[in-house]
Amino acid sequence: MEKWRATSNLRRSLKSILNRQLSSVSEFRYLNEKRSCQSSFNLIRDCKSLGQVNAIQHRCFSSASTLVQRNPSFSTLNSDDISYFKGLLGEKSVIQDEDRLETVNTDWMHKYKGSSKLLLLPRSTEEVAQILRYCNSRCLAVVPQGGNTGLVGGSVPVFDEVIVNISSMNNIISFDKVSGILVCEAGCILENLISFLDNQGFIMPLDLGAKGSCQIGGNVSTNAGGLRLVRYGSLHGNVLGLEAVLANGDVLDMLGTLRKDNTGYDLKHLFIGSEGSLGIVTKVSILTPPKLSSVNIAFLACNDYSSCQKLLMEAKRKLGEILSAFEFLDTEAMNLVLHQLDGVRNPLPASMHNFYILIETTGSDESYNREKLEAFLLSSMEGGLISDGVLAQDINQASSFWRIREGVPEALMKAGAVYKYDLSLPVEKMYDLVDDMRIRLGDLAKVVGYGHLGDGNLHLNVSAPEYDDKILEQIEPYVYEWTSKHRGSISAEHGLGLMKANKIYYSKSAETVSFPLNKKMQRISLFAGCVSPSHGCTSCLN
Amino acid sequence: MSMNPFCEIALEEALKIKESGLAKEVVAVTMGPSNCVDTLRTGLAMGADRGIHVEAARDLVPLSVAKVLKKLVEVENPGLLILGKQAIDDDCNQTGQMIAALLGWPQGTFASKVVLDKEKQVATVDREVDGGLETLCLDLPAVITTDLRLNQPRYATLPNIMKAKSKPIKRYTPEELNVEIKSDLEVVQVTEPPKRKAGVILSSVDELIDKLKNEAHVI
Repeated sequence: MEKWRATSNLRRSLKSILNRQLSSVSEFRYLNEKRSCQSSFNLIRDCKSLGQVNAIQHRCFSSASTLVQRNPSFSTLNSDDISYFKGLLGEKSVIQDEDRLETVNTDWMHKYKGSSKLLLLPRSTEEVAQILRYCNSRCLAVVPQGGNTGLVGGSVPVFDEVIVNISSMNNIISFDKVSGILVCEAGCILENLISFLDNQGFIMPLDLGAKGSCQIGGNVSTNAGGLRLVRYGSLHGNVLGLEAVLANGDVLDMLGTLRKDNTGYDLKHLFIGSEGSLGIVTKVSILTPPKLSSVNIAFLACNDYSSCQKLLMEAKRKLGEILSAFEFLDTEAMNLVLHQLDGVRNPLPASMHNFYILIETTGSDESYNREKLEAFLLSSMEGGLISDGVLAQDINQASSFWRIREGVPEALMKAGAVYKYDLSLPVEKMYDLVDDMRIRLGDLAKVVGYGHLGDGNLHLNVSAPEYDDKILEQIEPYVYEWTSKHRGSISAEHGLGLMKANKIYYSKSAETVSFPLNKKMQRISLFAGCVSPSHGCTSCLN
Repeated sequence: MSMNPFCEIALEEALKIKESGLAKEVVAVTMGPSNCVDTLRTGLAMGADRGIHVEAARDLVPLSVAKVLKKLVEVENPGLLILGKQAIDDDCNQTGQMIAALLGWPQGTFASKVVLDKEKQVATVDREVDGGLETLCLDLPAVITTDLRLNQPRYATLPNIMKAKSKPIKRYTPEELNVEIKSDLEVVQVTEPPKRKAGVILSSVDELIDKLKNEAHVI
């Protein structure tokens, strides 16, 4: 406890110094006034011992405290490079066409836009290795990209990095029916894997709204959580092995397919969640659970947040092993979805409730599981925990319930500008933040709260017709400080990317970030700076 | 086991009619093995007042179903019979029409809109036909079969699911109703439609013309 307080003191003083300096720099959007920048650079160099960010950038909707500059030690592309890549990959896999580049330079939220001039589509690990070896020798910065569905600007270039897109590597290599171990290339789209496994009688241990576009390599690199984490656990538990290409072109084969292997340090865990900063994941070996026949889903309404929490406790106890998802939405989120999306209707039209909970159970015995769920729902209703609810009678109703929950991000996008925060907080405190933000923002914007209540993960979104710095000021850094105060995580599952590149100190102590292991990783990854140099994870590696 | 989607729409329409005060009671009927009762419970949870389960082995053909329904109509004396236009397991689209003929009742099939007039004892039905919409006026009692666009079935809410547990379900067997379940039809063969062949990407207009002329023989 003492240690934490000490480091947080240090952090706070550092932060206030930085904020004072950087707020003056933000006036000079195009960084013309080198002198003022220089002084802040000096300050930052002095902070290097704490593993501080080494560059500043300006982007459209940034807050005063995040400015990143292109590192001048990286080269720029020339025609020799293009010819080399064309010779290596063939004409079709080297894209310089402006329209296509426009798409891959922009993230899903249309919030971050890079200016890359080159998109490469390797089809094998060997090609990826050769690309990275070459870029390393030429000191060309690179950004790995999969489905480009990330929400923190980590999947698009910050400046003119070469985009290495893994989408062409989409083969399923093998599947063992007895153990359920799937080995596939990193560019496989999650939904395709789910369909493939469906035919075999298995399912993927993770499921998210972006499954139609996101790729497994990206999921692994960001340690994606998703809707079923409460049942199947995180990717750290389900990924049995992976193959990655390091920044210098070396291929690290950790593609084990063993459930248990205690021979030495388990390096793959460093890659899971490293957001591509240690290397590009090219193959994944994942343990898939069997598909169970009985899936039931209930859509419930609660009057207040404490009932939601009690319901969670009861669900874990009474539904136990069959609980497979526990999600919540508040009334704002529900209204937004009903308003913005087509073909969605309110399962509980009688009145608008304060909170909606979606519970899914998965088990092997239909009648037994249904009875269990009905008994649980009955007792919760009698106990006053839920005020109303619906049990899906068939697969159409079930998918319509999921459509509501999975459609919230899409509805937010359609409603205009959205400031997205993904926080892990102690369950009892979670909704207090939403209430606080509502008071803070007042009429400026709408605050929407939803998320994986079962995992203590809140997706806090602030929706406004347009982006406005006045709104941003009220949100940041208040949200981060609030989270930090409760020892929460400022990024539960979305990762750091560009958006939260230098926010890591809100959730990790300075010592953790500058732990000597990080230096060792740098040595292993050699010129680690070449891969995603301006994104959050790399900036921690000095 | 889940309810045939068109029958769900029929049940929803029946419930709407009852809620508007034009009917006293909604009775849901199912025919089949014992696990069909689950479907009946769903119907009761949606709001039906009573259920009737006619226990019979699987593989009922529409004519048998129509005959059983005729007997039940004689017992229950409903003012209106609403069914889904077809079942999604056999896609026959015959039961509604057959029972109307057996009973000598007027029929309004593929209904996309139903308006009842209690005083005049008529039902005005908009039917979805190939050429568009046809409006019929039927004297009650009548048979109506429902199409997709008639309504959107409600969800079964928890309080109603709980109430449904105590609603009565009466069991019959075909023998009790003096109906012989036999099939005059024999399934001879079931084949999948031919798999769609992959398209061919051509590189020039000349090649296209050549293929259309020599391979497809369309020009």
